[in-house]
Amino acid sequence: MKKKEVQALRLEFDGISENEAFSRQVISLFAASLDPTLEEISDLRVVISEAVTNCVVHAYKNKGGKIKIHARIFDDRTMKIKIQDFGCGIADIEKCMEPLYTTDPSGERGGMGFAIMQAMSRKFRVTSRPGIGTTLYIEFKFA
Amino acid sequence: MEAVNLTFDCRDGVLTAAIAGEIDHHTARPLRDAIDGEVIRRRPKVLVLALKDVSFMDSSGLGLMLGRFTRMQSLGGQMKIADPTPEVMKILRLAGFDKKIVWFSTEKGGVNA
Repeated sequence: MKKKEVQALRLEFDGISENEAFSRQVISLFAASLDPTLEEISDLRVVISEAVTNCVVHAYKNKGGKIKIHARIFDDRTMKIKIQDFGCGIADIEKCMEPLYTTDPSGERGGMGFAIMQAMSRKFRVTSRPGIGTTLYIEFKFA
Repeated sequence: MEAVNLTFDCRDGVLTAAIAGEIDHHTARPLRDAIDGEVIRRRPKVLVLALKDVSFMDSSGLGLMLGRFTRMQSLGGQMKIADPTPEVMKILRLAGFDKKIVWFSTEKGGVNA
């Protein structure tokens, strides 16, 4: 039987670092109706924070730009989240997915963003076009 | 500094930086600057990042730890982590940092120290 969408949220905001906390708070509030466990809500908050930080730091190079989030809750207790930026895009997605890979030479970033998002979500997919932007498709399943 | 608070305690060559609140990309930079400033001022042998009151951390926190770890090593010192929450431990384990960085519980004594 096809699962039915029961709740949806669309969010559009500036890709600035102040909005990293804002976005994870909004999405965790949106998930509250599923009565998630502490670990589930913690993982959700981390994944959203990683995704939005990637937009701020990598897509927009800390200069700001539009970020769109479309989150949907289904009747089988899954949540699908699409996070879209219109920044520089990723030329080599496979390389970026490698744990500890970072383009930052300062030694202040761990290069674990994608690996953490993959590990903490049920499904995780990235599409990107250089010069056009990047879209993340993330799925969570709540107990 | 928003959403995060930092306090220092220095005794017997051990500088403890107690972080309370959320560590993300937005808060990591002021934390880094404040901790590095205190390390330069105090010249401790050991830097302890006390994380008992950290309510949120993403991979920006890993970067903060990795940067301080490398910096303390270059100064001939050591960095340790005290009282990581289960959420912080999960991220440390995912990155394999739990094996690289010395961490301990102040209540239970040494864990991997």
